[in-house]
Amino acid sequence: MARAVTTRCKSLNTALAWAIRLLIFFPILWTILISFKTEAQAIASPPLFLNFNWTLENYAIVQERSDYMRFLWNSVIIAGGSTILGVIIAVPAAWAMAFVPSKRTKDILLWMLSTKMLPAVGVLYPIYLLFIRLGLLDTRGGLVVVLMLINLPIIVWMLYTYFREIPGEILEAARMDGATLKEEILYVLTPMAIPGIASTVLLNFILAWNEAFWTLNLTAVDAAPLTAFIASYSSPEGLFFAKLSAASTMAIAPILILGWFSQKQLVRGLTFGAVK
Amino acid sequence: MYLKHALRAATALTFVATAAAHAQSITIATVNNGDMIRMQGYTDKFTEATGIDVEWVTLEENVLRQRVTTDITTKGGQFDIMTIGMYETPIWGANGWLVPLEGMSAEYDVDDILPAMCNGLSHEGTLFAAPFYGESSMVMYRTDLMEKAGLEMPDAPTWQFIREAAAAMTDRDNDINGICLRGKAGWGEGGAFITVTGNSFGARWFDEDWKPQFDQPEWNEALTFFVDMMAESGPAGYATNGFNENLSLFQQGKCGMWIDATVAASFVTNPDDSTVADKVGFALAPNSDGVDKRSNWLWAWALAIPAGTQQEDAAKQFIEWATSKDYIELVAENEGWANVPPGARTSLYENPEYQKVPFAKMTLDSILSADPNNPTVKPVPYVGIQFAAIPEFAGIATQVSQEFSAVYAGQQSVEEALEKAQAFTAEEMEAAGY
Repeated sequence: MARAVTTRCKSLNTALAWAIRLLIFFPILWTILISFKTEAQAIASPPLFLNFNWTLENYAIVQERSDYMRFLWNSVIIAGGSTILGVIIAVPAAWAMAFVPSKRTKDILLWMLSTKMLPAVGVLYPIYLLFIRLGLLDTRGGLVVVLMLINLPIIVWMLYTYFREIPGEILEAARMDGATLKEEILYVLTPMAIPGIASTVLLNFILAWNEAFWTLNLTAVDAAPLTAFIASYSSPEGLFFAKLSAASTMAIAPILILGWFSQKQLVRGLTFGAVK
Repeated sequence: MYLKHALRAATALTFVATAAAHAQSITIATVNNGDMIRMQGYTDKFTEATGIDVEWVTLEENVLRQRVTTDITTKGGQFDIMTIGMYETPIWGANGWLVPLEGMSAEYDVDDILPAMCNGLSHEGTLFAAPFYGESSMVMYRTDLMEKAGLEMPDAPTWQFIREAAAAMTDRDNDINGICLRGKAGWGEGGAFITVTGNSFGARWFDEDWKPQFDQPEWNEALTFFVDMMAESGPAGYATNGFNENLSLFQQGKCGMWIDATVAASFVTNPDDSTVADKVGFALAPNSDGVDKRSNWLWAWALAIPAGTQQEDAAKQFIEWATSKDYIELVAENEGWANVPPGARTSLYENPEYQKVPFAKMTLDSILSADPNNPTVKPVPYVGIQFAAIPEFAGIATQVSQEFSAVYAGQQSVEEALEKAQAFTAEEMEAAGY
């Protein structure tokens, strides 16, 4: 009897989990479906779910109008570059905070996080002027630095939490064996924190990929990533939902695939450390 | 011999490299509207003729505004041409942020630009942006539903007739709303519509001393009329409907009437997208009985050159090409007269071929009857019909339109919204030094 209740409970939980999963995924699914409709079908009421004439016309139009690969390459460079640079800076910072804390470490951590609460538009003009002076407008290098700085508090926080899980005695033992600081971080700490670093990298790559304020405001032609690609299909006067959906699907596809293949590491990392 | 060939090849390569280094390229910021996208498709013709490459940065309207405003105020120099509207042009022109469009060629024929457009895109008589396409607003209605209701739409209806017709055309059982209008918050969305509705009831944003006028009876009458009519005959949830939402409803046959931008006429009469393409009639935007001002606005998407661009001559060449009579003919030749950019040139409306387009005459009449210098009955200190061309307007009107949208959503009364609008506007104007 007890087993029957448990099985029923499990089935209910599974069904509930699937329902929530579908609910969360539905907007993405709907976007993908609309991308295969004509513009008239896209606004049909009642909405057409699967019973419509599937077409690839929108993808063809988007491909013809925009240089998708250029936008994609920019996204990869900007998201990848900012994440790698962020991790390089954050690992030593998080090491110091986790293993050699000072009286003010907690305050510094909180202060770092509080910078995330500043509305981006509040510093748009100063950063724009700086970019003009430094010749960084519409460059991938400039965006790599900005996105790295924006995500740095999260990277430091996540790594700090993972590092705190690692016993300090292991590092101490390495030091006693004659390891230098560099060797201690590179050959002892980093290998032990690989799952945490991997999930930090993945999460911040996704955050940088989706960032749509700075990437729209600091780029024009050369460094414009996929967020600019999507924005170019949004229209206030005219119904181009099907084309917009096709552009959105093309923009999210790489990150969806990456997320799909790395979901185990992502979930493990997130539930193990910072956000547990 | 070998050395000779190598030297020749090197010389040729140097020439190619030099030519490439000198190839001009201009960057244009624009919006994702049908006419703009069409123009992008013909850019190769411009490059072929001039050797000037064109790079496009297409953005959503609000993002574009923020983007080009940031760039022009900081002299970022990211764009050689910007697509801007009638609101920004005179303000930016007065600030010296735009290059005056003087010395255009004789073939360009500046005098052919519709006077209303020319005035709206000038500051103190100097043209700062060339209209790519212009629009006013008008009534688009279902001829079959009007006939079924036993009514006939006059060419110049009143709001009272529109309300009566809307009630007669409403068929809730069949999901047909007598009238669809903008209620969405935003100065360019519902804010624009309620401003022109106010004009047609004799209301105004400011008196001659820049004092807000929301405490005057005309605003109360206009807003009450609008809310009551929409409650009787409008679609559910109209507080969040803008241009696109109403276009979608109309194309699906769910609106008896729609009063909005004249540019929508080509969408609702396009059989590929609209289920009611062959049943659409047009009329001038309405006025209230006894008020000598109609509720039609005036707008243009125009091309302007930011001051400080390194490519001023190339940018001027592009603007001449894109807003010329030849460009209109190029589009007509390839895509038909119904698809040419409307509302910019007088000669277009004199063309017998274009006169056959069903909405051509009503579009021109609507544009010609709009007067940005005298938008309402009483005198005003500002220029603009659905806006006041002062820098503070966008922020104030966005807030005011949010208050009005809250009325449409049933969250507050007309009186409460007007009281808040008056207080907020007075405070902001005082802070701005008016």
